[in-house]
Amino acid sequence: MAHVVVVTSGKGGVGKTTSTAAMGAALAQHGEKVVVIDFDVGLRNLDLVLGAERRVVFDLINVITGVAKLSQALIRDKRLENLHLLPASQTRDKDALTEEGVAKVIDELRTKFDWIICDSPAGIERGATLAMRHADAAIIVTNPEVSSVRDSDRIIGLLDSKTVKAENGERVEKHLLITRYHPSRAARGEMMTIEDVLEILSTPLLGIIPESEEVLRASNIGSPVTLSNALSAPARAYFDAARRLRGEIVPMIVPSENKGIFNKLFGRKAA
Amino acid sequence: MTLFKMFRRGSAPIARERLQILLAHERVTRNQPDLLGILREEILAVISRHVPFEPDKVQIKLDRGKSVSTLEVDIEIPNGFGAALAKAS
Repeated sequence: MAHVVVVTSGKGGVGKTTSTAAMGAALAQHGEKVVVIDFDVGLRNLDLVLGAERRVVFDLINVITGVAKLSQALIRDKRLENLHLLPASQTRDKDALTEEGVAKVIDELRTKFDWIICDSPAGIERGATLAMRHADAAIIVTNPEVSSVRDSDRIIGLLDSKTVKAENGERVEKHLLITRYHPSRAARGEMMTIEDVLEILSTPLLGIIPESEEVLRASNIGSPVTLSNALSAPARAYFDAARRLRGEIVPMIVPSENKGIFNKLFGRKAA
Repeated sequence: MTLFKMFRRGSAPIARERLQILLAHERVTRNQPDLLGILREEILAVISRHVPFEPDKVQIKLDRGKSVSTLEVDIEIPNGFGAALAKAS
């Protein structure tokens, strides 16, 4: 059975698109059939992060308005044959994103894929509410920082009230993905800890992605971090998160300070 | 939170405390209708039945205190409205 998952956060810049690409790729690397959909009409970026920006011909809006067939708009990843992208439109015609149109596209995708991952735009407007509308599960991407945590709380409220599942008296399965975590800053009391964020949002933890230059490098070269450097700390964290999303029990590793011997002896500020 | 404590413990505990207070409040008010909007409309409807005023000369403010909140309605009414009232009665 297909799973529809929304990657959402409320706040912008916390790592939704990066996490959509990495989680989608990690699931595909496990052999699952995956499609990632960009819902950010007018400001699409998932194509760029996946390195498929020059291969976009048709997009989600074209499919909804009947200009193109779904099979024409889907872009197959060049490295992972199980991974597909449905890009957003770059035009400003946001009104073309209709509830019925999105429902139809999702229904068709459900027959073709194991995982349908919807990359939500920031905010709580139409694009964001439509991205979460048909979700069975949600990945709430949060940074350990006050504005991100507050917005995540707001988004959790919307997931519990404005989704098809919620309206039918069911629950959208919610998972918290903490990104850009600095272990050393948390240890010094400069950044909220994982426990702090979990206690405030009381949502089960899917994974902790440490702040890493590998994440920036991955987007620079247009590759999900799980492909560009599969052994790096963020890639391993995304692989573990993908396994948890599939229902596996994987022990949670809280990133710790990676201090060299020099820093251990002479410096406290390793980060 | 004193400055001394801030230096010793970092600012994360402050972030956590502020969020806990804020979210406790926001979760309660989240699914309620826009109280201020409703009050504004109904109060203005009642007053406009008796006194003419310009809608943009109206200011409504709601201050939330720890134990009491205050609703402040400030309406600018043109002079001479008393005569109009007397005439009507």
